[in-house]
Amino acid sequence: MAISLLKRSKTSGKKKQKSPASARQWAISLTIVAIAIWAFFTYLFDKTPDAVQAWFQVWLPPSTLNESLVWVICALGLNIVVGYAGLLDLGFVAFWAFGGYAAGWFMSGFFHQVNIHFGSMSANTIPGIHLSFWLVMVIAALIAGFFGIIIGAPTLRLKSDYLALVTLGFGEIIPQVFTNGENIGGFNLSNGTKGISPIDAIGVFGKRLGPFDLGWKFLIYFFLAACMVFVSLRIRGGRLGRAWLAIREDELAASMMGVPLMRTKLTAYAVGAFSGGIGGAVYATHVNGIFAERFNFSISIILLAMVVLGGMGNVWGVIVGALLMAWINATGLPAVGDTFNNTFHTQINFPSYNFLLFGGILVLMMLFKRDGLLPEARLKMISHENDDDTSNTGGH
Amino acid sequence: MLKIDNLEVAYGNIKAIKGISLEVNEGEIVTLIGSNGAGKSTTLRAISGLLKPRSGSITFMGERIDGLEGHDVVKKGICHSPEGRRIFPRMTVDENLDLGAFLRNDKDAIAADKERVLELFPRLRERITQKSGTMSGGEQQMLAVGRALMGQPKLLILDEPSMGLAPVLVDLIFETIQKINQQGTTILLVEQNALAALSVAQRAYVLESGVIKMSGNAKDLQSDPEVTKAYLGG
Repeated sequence: MAISLLKRSKTSGKKKQKSPASARQWAISLTIVAIAIWAFFTYLFDKTPDAVQAWFQVWLPPSTLNESLVWVICALGLNIVVGYAGLLDLGFVAFWAFGGYAAGWFMSGFFHQVNIHFGSMSANTIPGIHLSFWLVMVIAALIAGFFGIIIGAPTLRLKSDYLALVTLGFGEIIPQVFTNGENIGGFNLSNGTKGISPIDAIGVFGKRLGPFDLGWKFLIYFFLAACMVFVSLRIRGGRLGRAWLAIREDELAASMMGVPLMRTKLTAYAVGAFSGGIGGAVYATHVNGIFAERFNFSISIILLAMVVLGGMGNVWGVIVGALLMAWINATGLPAVGDTFNNTFHTQINFPSYNFLLFGGILVLMMLFKRDGLLPEARLKMISHENDDDTSNTGGH
Repeated sequence: MLKIDNLEVAYGNIKAIKGISLEVNEGEIVTLIGSNGAGKSTTLRAISGLLKPRSGSITFMGERIDGLEGHDVVKKGICHSPEGRRIFPRMTVDENLDLGAFLRNDKDAIAADKERVLELFPRLRERITQKSGTMSGGEQQMLAVGRALMGQPKLLILDEPSMGLAPVLVDLIFETIQKINQQGTTILLVEQNALAALSVAQRAYVLESGVIKMSGNAKDLQSDPEVTKAYLGG
């Protein structure tokens, strides 16, 4: 018995070293790719031949890369809600909107009645509230997280189908409030359909990152996405992550283990909202403005599709799913469409079929590959968790 | 230790439990037997805080626990191995056991308790890294009981631990229940297999259509003609 025990602890010890290594491999490879992309677009791109530049502008423009990172941040947030805790949220766009408007309010000349400057790169003479990008990130996350708790507290008691309905409504209402928020009792909350623009440049180490510093912005967005990955993985390995997984597997049994259902679900919802807020603020700096009509239901659905496509609950899968779908949405479909139309002299409007494509992908995934694109990695993740759990309880 | 007084539980307008009173003393195995739909599981769920009683009281170690949330009841020291096992199928045996100790922080004691569970159920040790959903019904039942034990219960509630198991496994489960009890855990056992339940319990309550029909010493009930006729197939 003692020998077999020893053997067992040895093998699980080996596994313990192996699994984080795979996470580390992922993290290192993605970082290297990101730095390579940044270096390429910042230093080499202008020196490449025109043909190469033109190819990149069609197939992989830097703005698409940046936008995909925004999607990655939000998809990772939604992954905590849907993938970890198993709560179906169809209104994630609301948190995206809160984050965006937080950037709109605190990083622009919108509130021209006041003149508040803090850590911002914009000139002190410009009226409005101009706070540092990093501070605005925090504020955006807090605002979104706060509303996440407000909406979550009453609705998370509902069974999952009803939760989906309520979040769906929430995701419709919030953007409507912003669309019609030009005159709320005389107060201009959102500037209505005209939106808020421009948003202040991001300031890092005394450098001003305007609309055209895409390479540097890429690096910053990548840093934020990496923070999201880190947080996702850390929470998942810990006690809270185990509680979420237990709820996802069997709510009743989880409660019998002493998992406080409401509080645990609410935490998932709030953490998701929190990251949605960050994503929204990042998005505002990416498009250099905030426009109410962009916050529509389709964003919630695309995010959900990213999570499902990549592999619910698997951080790396969700990243792959988000990058892939963001690229198809922003660049892939129009580019393929143009090529197709030019080759066959047709006039098909490919981008207008994006929902047909995404819907098709979702249906096919549900039929043939329910675990997502990276199921093996997902299994790896589970064995990974296993190791974390034993280390948590001091088993080794 | 546990005292239920005049408990009523209803699903909507349908009363499932119509004013029952029962008591479990420290160190005992008490069994609640009765046919399908008698209200056994409903009683247990009310104790565990999964259902809110309509009236009556549940007292545990001198404290009212009716109306508490499920996780707070676990905190008081009542662990429930539910009907149908409800293990976490996509998690390993080890992870399931760890979740059983979710509310505890005493690492060394948790490790000791895990060792104790694995000694009670050596089969689980063989399967420790296996996904629990891929195990046989008997092994899953062992896991469900073991997982409940990981919560270091003062009172262990077992709901139909023998359901759907082969006779040889039923014997094993009941032997283990006795062993757990001898190690100092009070047990409230709900069973349809009245014969086996009465043979390990000290006292028993017979529940029928939401009321306690009979109660008393398990040995006496075992030989009671009415019980024999209704539940022991004799």
